Amino acid sequence: MAALRRYLLTLRRFWGTALAGQLEYQLNVVLELLAAIANLAGSVFILSLFFGQGRALGGWSWQQALVVQGVYTLLDGVASTWLRPNLGAIVTHVREGTLDFVLLKPIDSQFWLSLRTLSPAGLSEIALGLGLIAWAAPRAGATFRASGLALALLVLLAALVTLYSLWFLLATTSIWFVKTWNATEVLRAALTAGRFPISAYPPGLRLLFTVVLPVAFLTTVPAEMLLGRGSAPLLGAALLVAGVSFGLSRAFWRFALGHYTSASS
Amino acid sequence: MAIGSPLRKRGFRPARALLSSQFALMSEYRAEIALWALSGLLPFIMLALWRQAPAGAALGLGSLGLDRYFLSAYLVRQFSVVWVVFAFEEDALLGRLSPYLLQPLHPLWRYVAAHLAEQLTRLPFAAVIAAVFFLINPGAFWLPSVGQFVLAALATLGAFAIAFLLQSLIAALCFFSEKASALERLLFVPYLFFSGLLAPLAAFPQGVRAWAQWTPFPWLIDFPARLLAGLPVALGVGFAAELAWIAVLLPLALLLWRAGVRRYTAMGA
Repeated sequence: MAALRRYLLTLRRFWGTALAGQLEYQLNVVLELLAAIANLAGSVFILSLFFGQGRALGGWSWQQALVVQGVYTLLDGVASTWLRPNLGAIVTHVREGTLDFVLLKPIDSQFWLSLRTLSPAGLSEIALGLGLIAWAAPRAGATFRASGLALALLVLLAALVTLYSLWFLLATTSIWFVKTWNATEVLRAALTAGRFPISAYPPGLRLLFTVVLPVAFLTTVPAEMLLGRGSAPLLGAALLVAGVSFGLSRAFWRFALGHYTSASS
Repeated sequence: MAIGSPLRKRGFRPARALLSSQFALMSEYRAEIALWALSGLLPFIMLALWRQAPAGAALGLGSLGLDRYFLSAYLVRQFSVVWVVFAFEEDALLGRLSPYLLQPLHPLWRYVAAHLAEQLTRLPFAAVIAAVFFLINPGAFWLPSVGQFVLAALATLGAFAIAFLLQSLIAALCFFSEKASALERLLFVPYLFFSGLLAPLAAFPQGVRAWAQWTPFPWLIDFPARLLAGLPVALGVGFAAELAWIAVLLPLALLLWRAGVRRYTAMGA
């Protein structure tokens, strides 16, 4: 209990200082907001090309597909706010040898590296994503009850954990190869597949995006839950994927640390 | 410091030296460039969607046309990627720009050479990805005729020139503001959605398409990709539009650059 309180207190200090530092760049916040709005408008435009004249996309109606788009926007915002600034710094720590200092601190190193800072860059995207979900879900026939909403939030949380674990797994490889940081760009590109419901893809890709790279569990499954079309097996699978990914990321980090030899050695 | 004058005066020696040194530099970063090439997979994801969707059949390209269009879009994108604003911002902030300005060569040439060298390094990776595409999907295989290929290469070069000039404009703004590269994010949004990377322009509603054709973006991917894929395309209009945009952007970029150099104080902005 005391340990948990210590971690929470540390977290508050981390994020307080990060936000205070970032608020110096107010013009950037405005630009990011503009870019996020334009980006969402463009995505919705491209999505609209698949509809019209009574067409559907992989069995999803226009409003239902917008919920998927909303979940994607939300997750992308989280990635810019939380994952990019933190996990992007790992490679610098490895290259410059400052990872040594992190490892010496009396706090879990994965916790420190994953939660050290926050950037407001993605906050506007998070807000837009939530707004789009709130607009589209009732129009797509979702009826929010407290229990259903709680389940949907649980699945969204599982999606976040899965997303985090994928990023962290890739970031960990920089212990061996400093040059793999660009691999996160490949991951980012592959994850854009999550803008669309998974059933819109051909069977081979559907399998790939479910089993190998769990894109389906990032956007489609949370959207199903939000639309009240979830089932117990779906919920179980989402939680299982999140649990396994997180466990893997943790085990892989331990394993990687065993190979860490500090900079210049 | 007129662009091009040193090349005229001393022949192609400086150009060759610049290109070969930049190529050696870029070859160092083979692994990164391979990953960058891989991160451009977006057109293939979109292809999978368009082939599956009923809206794709209504485009009138046929499934073969779709395959070839999106592979061409990928290739055109690989050979017209521009990152001059990021390189320039770093050089300006770290003060590396000062020695470049002393040389009797417009610094933009250095970035042009770096981009061309990087495209050369990309070539094998792009070829491998095209080969894998044909292995998975042998029915889509085609070889453009020599004429088609030359025209597509010229159109891609034009697309590269427009994208390069657009970003140079933003780069020149780095002389005036420290965070001009944030503007690049705003430029990238219409590029992404109106260039034809995610959907061929034929899929756009009539009104949007008519409006988009007055922006530089459709000429950056859609036009060269259609040429390479052998789809019907308005040849004269396309090349005229590319030339017109180059004619508008080139003086603008040079003027803004000159005004910026005058304000430059060697460190920071």
